[in-house]
Amino acid sequence: MSEPEKMTIIVFSDDLDRALAAFNLANTGASFGMDVTMFFTFWGLGVIKKERVERGEKGFMQWMMGLMKRGSAKRLKMSQMNMMGAGTGMMKSLMKTYKMPSLPEMISLAKEQGVRFVACTTSMALMGLAEDDFIDEVEEVAGAATYLGIASEGKVNLFI
Amino acid sequence: MEADKKVDCVGLYCPMPIVKTAQAIKEMLPGQVLEVIADDKGIKSDMPAWCDKTGNECLSMEDAGDEVKVYVRKSQ
Repeated sequence: MSEPEKMTIIVFSDDLDRALAAFNLANTGASFGMDVTMFFTFWGLGVIKKERVERGEKGFMQWMMGLMKRGSAKRLKMSQMNMMGAGTGMMKSLMKTYKMPSLPEMISLAKEQGVRFVACTTSMALMGLAEDDFIDEVEEVAGAATYLGIASEGKVNLFI
Repeated sequence: MEADKKVDCVGLYCPMPIVKTAQAIKEMLPGQVLEVIADDKGIKSDMPAWCDKTGNECLSMEDAGDEVKVYVRKSQ
């Protein structure tokens, strides 16, 4: 086979449903042998946060923002019908019934299949997040220029 | 049809049947045949699409009750 086709996904949202869709597509692209890169930016950084994040160098506002939006794959909420957590809980229960992988499982699967996880440095600076605050799957940080370099050759480029 | 390897995807939904197919094919030799059993009907269009994109051969798809049996030959 010749050069694998490229696929990029910008993950801007930290909604559980959107994150699931993003990883569903990433995993499918990877199963095609495509070169998949996921760029996590703005609220999307919440998807790749560790469960426990240290204060580190964060300023007061950033720390507060972090407490209000703790993120991490296990804690994300549905974009609709969250109903104070009850709706999200029901959705997760349904997914379990239908043997659908949870978001953390989809993340591991994506890594296993060679999907690249990149965190946006500008969003990181804004939110006071450091590389240490992200899960191990994230090995790179970069900016929009890097994204565009890849996306300009990408067969499929998505903004979720 | 005889298969060299079988993958049971009954009860699993997209993208799992395709992801499992890709993982299984990776460990097989060219020319070998993989049997995939699934009950997510989407596989009837997902598998030909996957085969088309990856250059593997979608040999046949048979209905077996509620399930679908798909045979894929690894090309390279």
